[in-house]
Amino acid sequence: MAAPRHSAFVRVTHWITALCFLALVVSGLEIVVSHPRFYWGETGNIGTPALFHFPIPASRSTVPTGYGYVMPDQNGWSRSLHFEAAWAVVLIGLLYAAYGLLTGHFRKHLLPAASDITWGALSREVANHLRFRRPGEAGAWSYNALQRVTYLAVIFVLFPLMIWTGLAMSPAFVSAFPAAQTVLGGQQSARTIHFFGTVLLLLFLFVHVAMVCLAGFRKRMRAMITGRPGA
Amino acid sequence: MGNLSRRKLITAGLTATAGVSGVAVAARLAARYGLIPPDHGGIYGPGETLTYATQRLLTRHSLAREFPRSQISKPPFQNGPPLQDEAFKRLQAGGFADWRLAIDGMVAHPASLSLAELRSYPSRSQITHLACEEGWSYIAEWIGVPLSHVLSVVGTLPQARYVVYFSMDREWWDSIDMADALHPQTLLTYGMNGGELPVGHGGPLRLRVPRQLGYKNVKYITRLTVTDSMKGFGKGLGSASPESGYHWYAGI
Repeated sequence: MAAPRHSAFVRVTHWITALCFLALVVSGLEIVVSHPRFYWGETGNIGTPALFHFPIPASRSTVPTGYGYVMPDQNGWSRSLHFEAAWAVVLIGLLYAAYGLLTGHFRKHLLPAASDITWGALSREVANHLRFRRPGEAGAWSYNALQRVTYLAVIFVLFPLMIWTGLAMSPAFVSAFPAAQTVLGGQQSARTIHFFGTVLLLLFLFVHVAMVCLAGFRKRMRAMITGRPGA
Repeated sequence: MGNLSRRKLITAGLTATAGVSGVAVAARLAARYGLIPPDHGGIYGPGETLTYATQRLLTRHSLAREFPRSQISKPPFQNGPPLQDEAFKRLQAGGFADWRLAIDGMVAHPASLSLAELRSYPSRSQITHLACEEGWSYIAEWIGVPLSHVLSVVGTLPQARYVVYFSMDREWWDSIDMADALHPQTLLTYGMNGGELPVGHGGPLRLRVPRQLGYKNVKYITRLTVTDSMKGFGKGLGSASPESGYHWYAGI
């Protein structure tokens, strides 16, 4: 039996992460509905100007939204699900990082070759993507440079940023590690950055799924579920 | 599956056994060192327990950030109208002269304290951040007596594990563990921003636990009960919050 396209470990952690991310997005947006206003700095409330806000009805009557009604309050289970999924994705992420370093997964499959990260090579790759050019046979067995850079950014920049800004909103964590909050400018800044991180992760998800569809949805899904890209 | 060798099966078996016994040992140790929250059950119990246990190990003695006076939010933000309760309004009309804080449970000397008595104790003031689980926050100066001082006056028994606090707003009651109860920044506050604690902010007495979210900072405190177990208080989950889906521990 030939080596699978994706190892069993990568497949399992991929789908657990996908499930956790779905839970985090749904519960996170549900929490935003209770106060759809964002601020910068240490503090922010309905008595202070917002950096921006969403023109939606809120799930709490204390937020003036201009709507005559209040959305159903779903914060209880949303918060519980958010923290449970956060723990799951952090623990799985730590296992994945250990696996990636020990087995050479990051070095072999994700680190782009130096010759591939020149402006010329990357812009050719971007141009191919923008022309919706389907990847060749090699694309079924290896990631292209643009993919590698994107995956590395999601794994080593976006996910750690989400964990950091999440912890920077925790009064207990910040009491032990105040710099986690102060370097961001305060608890409200952490909340706002946490939200923009979500936007970037959602953007990644949409492009990721679009690319899977372009490359052949059935083949790519089969590769990530069974490990074999198939015929 | 020709390559699923005996060696692989044995390795997987040993790993699984080690994992299960590791979790069992961790659970025993966590229980011994008081790292299991009252609401550890249910599908969201693991997340709550991991957060509580980790933060108890990392933050037992750490102090919440304190801010300079210039950072106090102006005007102080008030979340919702003051308590509309007949008994409360009568006490308010009398300037809270007849108001008392009852302290009972696992204490050597149960007590009933007036505001004047609470004010006669050594006071502490601190300028801290209060964050609501909804997302908003403000900074204010809080003035009061450390809960640890009041607990030393009534003499908590050695087996005490939680301090339960009840509000005149009957929907609200909550509890904290002894690490938070004895923490120097946990205050029974009767003052705010240089003046008396306004009724809209929970006056005459509000518990401030600055290392936890707003909902643990219950307004209109009227009774404290020291206990070794949360069984028998409501559904036994530690406070009213878990009964509507929230975590008991709100250090997040």
